[in-house]
Amino acid sequence: MNEILKYTLMIVIILFTLTTIAAWLIWLERRMLALWQDRYGPNRAGPFGLFIVVADTIKLFFKEDWIPPFAEKAVFVFAPAIVAAAVLLSFVVVPFAPDILVADLDIGLLFFLAMSSLGVYSIVLGGWASNNKYSLLGALRGASQMISYEVFMGLSLMGVVMLSGSFRLTDIVMAQKDFWFVVTQPVAFVLFLTAGIAETHRLPFDIPEAESELVAGFHSEYSGMKFGMFFIGEYLGIILISAMVVTIFFGGWLGPVLPPVVWFTLKTFVFIIFFILLRASLPRPRYDQLMEYGWKIILPIALLNLLVTGGFTLLKN
Amino acid sequence: MISLLRSIGLIFLHMFRKRETIQYPEEKVVLHPRWRGRIVLTRDPDGGERCVGCYLCAAACPVDCISLQATEDEHGRRYPAFFRINFSRCIFCGYCEEACPTYAIQLTPDFEMGEYNRQNLVYEKEDLLIDSQGKYPGYNYYKVAGLSAGVKGKGEGANEEPPVDIRSLIP
Repeated sequence: MNEILKYTLMIVIILFTLTTIAAWLIWLERRMLALWQDRYGPNRAGPFGLFIVVADTIKLFFKEDWIPPFAEKAVFVFAPAIVAAAVLLSFVVVPFAPDILVADLDIGLLFFLAMSSLGVYSIVLGGWASNNKYSLLGALRGASQMISYEVFMGLSLMGVVMLSGSFRLTDIVMAQKDFWFVVTQPVAFVLFLTAGIAETHRLPFDIPEAESELVAGFHSEYSGMKFGMFFIGEYLGIILISAMVVTIFFGGWLGPVLPPVVWFTLKTFVFIIFFILLRASLPRPRYDQLMEYGWKIILPIALLNLLVTGGFTLLKN
Repeated sequence: MISLLRSIGLIFLHMFRKRETIQYPEEKVVLHPRWRGRIVLTRDPDGGERCVGCYLCAAACPVDCISLQATEDEHGRRYPAFFRINFSRCIFCGYCEEACPTYAIQLTPDFEMGEYNRQNLVYEKEDLLIDSQGKYPGYNYYKVAGLSAGVKGKGEGANEEPPVDIRSLIP
């Protein structure tokens, strides 16, 4: 009973914290983008413009929740829920601190990969159900991007798995006691980060929505809170990928003096801000360029990295 | 790859730059003297209206937002009976100012004209007329015009000769 209560409480707290952070990331992103573009960003509503999120949420709730008559209604309504649900499911295995995690699965890494790639269903179904050519194009791009980037996302992590000898995320963190995996696996880190950006379809890899080409891509037809779900899903995705980068390559909660959760949060926020910096600085590659990088350059590098890591591990033994 | 890292670094360094934004209601924008803003009707140095009701501003206006009716006083001096500018139409192009032969209509550095009621954007003559000579101090059209309209008699102007008696044979 006590155990169940503890985990329920943990789930509720983590869920609440994550969604709150995801909402306020909108504010953070706008402020950071403004900072890098020599502007101020939202700074009127409340201290530092923090209440802009509340205003935005109220606005989203009061918008007309329109379903186009030509859309496939059931799928159209269902699609936005998938993205948030899939990302939130991945958070089940993220170890925020030694004692703050929902489930310490022994296949944690695989679970994360599986759940985070489920998010693509939301794009594909949302774009398809919209019955709109731009949405469909966006969905198509989303699907092919996800397939090609999922491959080396998994492959890049296998080096880490070899070194730590476990798929369990807490074991991976503990294996970084002496030095972080970013030191031993720098290539894997770069590849995973690239794939992570593509996975969350954030700029510069936001080709499924590509405002300048496809109106708003897969969510062109969405409005109100259904659009808000896509939005929240995207920001949750940023948190997830940042958290995973920290867990796998930057020693997770490990760090001196400060409590583990604080270390984890600090490191995660560094990567969240890096995500925003990428958005501020890089242009979007063309669709075929993106696919070419994925299959012709990054995949061979990932395989080579795996080979070299495997060789070294063999030699060491 | 290097260029990507370079642009990321450059953007990051923008963090330490000064922000360009002007925090408007608290911080005012610097408006230059020739800024084309709210339109006014100016007066001559003696306090009389400069406008002679020639309709050139209304003719020059590309959006037809100026309407006026010319009339005359007992001395034969022309002035507008009404002068109306619809600022909800005005595009602040300044053509009226360029067209005006008497420097009466002028654009001023002021853009804060927001209204809750659209009808309030229609300015009548009493809203437009100001107690100032605007950009051309000292200019009085009727002082240099060759016509008597209660300001000066015929031939009394600065560079003007007295009128010639056309029936006289004396040179």
